[in-house]
Amino acid sequence: MNEIWAGLQAALFLVFTLDKDLVEITLRSLQVSLSALVIASAIALPFGTWLAIRRFRYRRATIAALNALMGLPPVVVGLIVYLLLSRSGPFGVLGLLFSPTAMIIAQVIIIAPLIASITHQAMRELWAEYHDLLISLNTTKRQRIFTLIRDGKRALLTAALAGFGRAIGEVGAIMIVGGNIDHATRVLTTAIALETGKGDFALALGLGFVLIALAMLVNFAIHALSRTEREGTW
Amino acid sequence: MVNPTMSANLSQVIVKRRGSVILGPIELTLARQGITIVLGPNGAGKTTLLKVLHGVERISSGSVDWSVPDELARQSQAFIFQKPTMLRRSVRENLAYPLQLLDYKKAEIAERVALWAHRIDLGDMLDRSAPRLSGGEQQKLALARALIRDPDVLFLDEPCANLDARSTREIEKLLVDAQSSGTRIIMTTHNIGQARRLANDVLFLLNGKLHEQGAAMTFFKEPKTPEAKSFLEGDIVE
Ligand SMILES: Nc1ncnc2c1ncn2[C@@H]1O[C@H](COP(=O)(O)OP(=O)(O)O)[C@@H](O)[C@H]1O
Ligand SMILES: [Mg+2]
Repeated sequence: MNEIWAGLQAALFLVFTLDKDLVEITLRSLQVSLSALVIASAIALPFGTWLAIRRFRYRRATIAALNALMGLPPVVVGLIVYLLLSRSGPFGVLGLLFSPTAMIIAQVIIIAPLIASITHQAMRELWAEYHDLLISLNTTKRQRIFTLIRDGKRALLTAALAGFGRAIGEVGAIMIVGGNIDHATRVLTTAIALETGKGDFALALGLGFVLIALAMLVNFAIHALSRTEREGTW
Repeated sequence: MVNPTMSANLSQVIVKRRGSVILGPIELTLARQGITIVLGPNGAGKTTLLKVLHGVERISSGSVDWSVPDELARQSQAFIFQKPTMLRRSVRENLAYPLQLLDYKKAEIAERVALWAHRIDLGDMLDRSAPRLSGGEQQKLALARALIRDPDVLFLDEPCANLDARSTREIEKLLVDAQSSGTRIIMTTHNIGQARRLANDVLFLLNGKLHEQGAAMTFFKEPKTPEAKSFLEGDIVE
């Protein structure tokens, strides 16, 4: 128990003095997860919207596949990306393994299906509401997608935040493809795993505080967004 | 933009859904001016007929010909659905939307929005969110949003269902104004009083067929068919 108390105190000290390692690791975490978020959103938001308004032959199958992808265990994603990027893999020549880029790739694969799925659901509702009007106004496909994205932006933001929340807290995949290398690929979650293993609770807890704060911030934002959505104020 | 020569011709139009005929066969030439009221009991096919005319309902056979090319016809028509869609935006943005789609200049949009907001008496609510307006305000907004493009033809599907007398009166006034500035109006209603006040001519639908049609004066005074007669008297028509 004493050890944990001491750890807590040391952790708070690290946080409030803006410890160099702590700041570096936090920034790298943000850099990796935000990059993954931007890329995944650029793919998943339009794709989810398109899926909501477009009828095509394999639509149901695509949605089922999306849901299956959403349930992929991150560790397995890590393994697959590792195999693809490893020296003997098809993309081995790029030399990306154990780099932040590899971690971003893994996170994009993990969160894009989640973002697309949430987007699809929200956009389907909005499309049902707008369908008759947009058809009657003779809108082009572009105009329809643009209108839905504009008026569904709260839902899209919620989807993106959910994706970010998942990315920032993820450990399995980035541990495998990033390798948790000090000053190179170490991020909040992998550092916590390592420091806990070493018994350095101060740094582990300090990093934990930062992670919790980030997660709470994201959840708070999602909550606030969905409330304004329901009350219809914008 | 108002095109006085826009008229429609329906030939042998049939709409089938799930194997059964819900409308037709319909043979119809729409007069070029005035207000046409479509009457008939629930399920007679009124909504379907309006959508067919507007070109948003798939027809199973027959043809619908407007006197202008299809694309132009659609662009110069507006449709107000029974439950009007409010974009999740402000009143101002709802009014501006149809003009933005056609790339109107900002200044022109602002000018028209101000004019129409004033006409529907929502001038001081421009920044309110449209989905939170009352039913009557929403219906007026939908009407202004439809008229803001100066359509040649305006379709309305029971625009005054669930509205109080005052809102109904306001809507009717806007319709009469639009009509006299050249917009062709085709609307359904369950309110016989409203039909009498507005109609120049009447289409009476029964079981998906055009049961009777004619000038309003004659139709209301001396309906030719017994079904139209009992419908006007408020009896249940099968
Ligand atoms: N998509 C559809 N599938 C099956 N039946 C439909 C569909 N749309 C309308 N109908 C049926 O067609 C008939 C005419 O509908 P509608 O045009 O809405 O009538 P009205 O507007 O006169 O009440 C009704 O019996 C209705 O149930
Ligand atoms: Mg109807």
